[in-house]
Amino acid sequence: MIEVKNIRKSFNGKVIIDDVSAVMKAGQCNLIIGASGSGKTVLMKCMVGLFEPDSGEVLYDGQNFTAMKGKERTDIRKEIGMLFQGSALFDSLTVEQNIMFPLNMFTDWPQRKKLERVNEVLARVNLHDVNKKYPAELSGGMKKRVALARAIVLNPKYLFCDEPNSGLDPQTSLVIDRLIREITVEYKITTVVNTHDMNSLMEIGDYILYMYKGKKEWEGSNKEIIFSDNQRLNEFIFASEFLKDAKEMRQLEAMGKVNDKKE
Amino acid sequence: MTLFHQIGKYLLMIKSMFSKPENTKMYWKELLHQCTEIGYGSLGIVAIISIFIGAVSTIQTAYQLVSPLIPLSTIGQVVRDTVILEFAPTLVCIVLAGVAGSRIASELGNMRVSEQIDALEIMGIKTETYLILPKVIAALIMIPMLVVLSMALGIWGGRIAGITANIIDATTYDKGLREFFDPYTVKFALTKAYVFAFIISSIPAFYGYYVKGGALEIGRASTKAVVVSCILILFFDYVLSALLLPT
Repeated sequence: MIEVKNIRKSFNGKVIIDDVSAVMKAGQCNLIIGASGSGKTVLMKCMVGLFEPDSGEVLYDGQNFTAMKGKERTDIRKEIGMLFQGSALFDSLTVEQNIMFPLNMFTDWPQRKKLERVNEVLARVNLHDVNKKYPAELSGGMKKRVALARAIVLNPKYLFCDEPNSGLDPQTSLVIDRLIREITVEYKITTVVNTHDMNSLMEIGDYILYMYKGKKEWEGSNKEIIFSDNQRLNEFIFASEFLKDAKEMRQLEAMGKVNDKKE
Repeated sequence: MTLFHQIGKYLLMIKSMFSKPENTKMYWKELLHQCTEIGYGSLGIVAIISIFIGAVSTIQTAYQLVSPLIPLSTIGQVVRDTVILEFAPTLVCIVLAGVAGSRIASELGNMRVSEQIDALEIMGIKTETYLILPKVIAALIMIPMLVVLSMALGIWGGRIAGITANIIDATTYDKGLREFFDPYTVKFALTKAYVFAFIISSIPAFYGYYVKGGALEIGRASTKAVVVSCILILFFDYVLSALLLPT
């Protein structure tokens, strides 16, 4: 479980994150959503320690990560896997070497065991025969899956995904979403996903934190979101007529009136 | 203010380079990789410029020796001292600032922009130690070696040019090389090589590591790294000459 307590972060006097608190539970997909510039990436970077918050705390299973320094912090980081927006694969290494990198750095396993683990995680993300390929030879969706495989190779307790669907077609996005979902449930990981993809929201949003101009505007689940009367949230999520209709349909479905409407 | 801020940031980066490696074997592999990149990767250009510098020195020295009272073997002496004292350490390091320095800056810049450095941080790796320290150590090992090689090739290039252009015969040139040789010049050249090696590796690493933006900024950082490295090389060339050469 990850707890975010009253996080505040500013750059050059401009407040980007203002007093945000949230509780993100293990074994579920926790989504941070919001428009571009709403502060969701900064919040995620504060959570993993890439940015230091001005005030507030981030607790990993009760341990105050913000107050940690040096080895303590490194130990927590070894339990974190992160899928970056641009995949962040090492260009000069093959797929196999990329995934093996954390194993080489943090384990003293024999080469054969490491190779077995690499093939295991590659199979888990439904990738085969790509071991010797370089990132430049892969499609966007494949890169994301390799990055996901690298993120889970050390069996992390916490998984962070920064816009995992950006630049992907809807079908590939769905594959990535489902993979994240399956991995989260299977390994009982605390997963935090930063997205503005509406499909992801409905597909995997067990807990949703909606950010508006650096503040927490709304929180709830994907089941609650369709009944929300928060104007800003509705304007953000159900922006098009199509999505408004979809929302109405979902509401009717949920209330068991869908057949009446069709008639 | 900005200059002091930059200097402070650079010094902090240097300080943070020194921490315990997470896995010595991986760091060793990275060091060997960097030695290959910086040393072997620059071998061709160093050889070419050294031979031509020596050749040009011989021809120009001969051109300036107008008095019949000065023996021809002086050409060997002059070429030897110019190559050892100045051309091999300074000129080669300026070229290396362009070759190795820009590579270091653009490699780290690209890693920063494409979030590869963030990915390493998240894994729990001390990125300054893993990415910068092996480059600095590799430069400190390989660049003095390249400078020594450059000395030998420069002197040899001068000999070949002298013989080919019929300026001086091999025996007279070799006699000149042995006359009034002070081994301190080699020590001085190596001192310069170590200082320049540190500049060539740490300054581009600083500009690359802290780059912000995209492809354009990587290019700018790379250019700036080379320019600043060259200026610092020339500045320290003067400082070291003033301090270490007895006049």
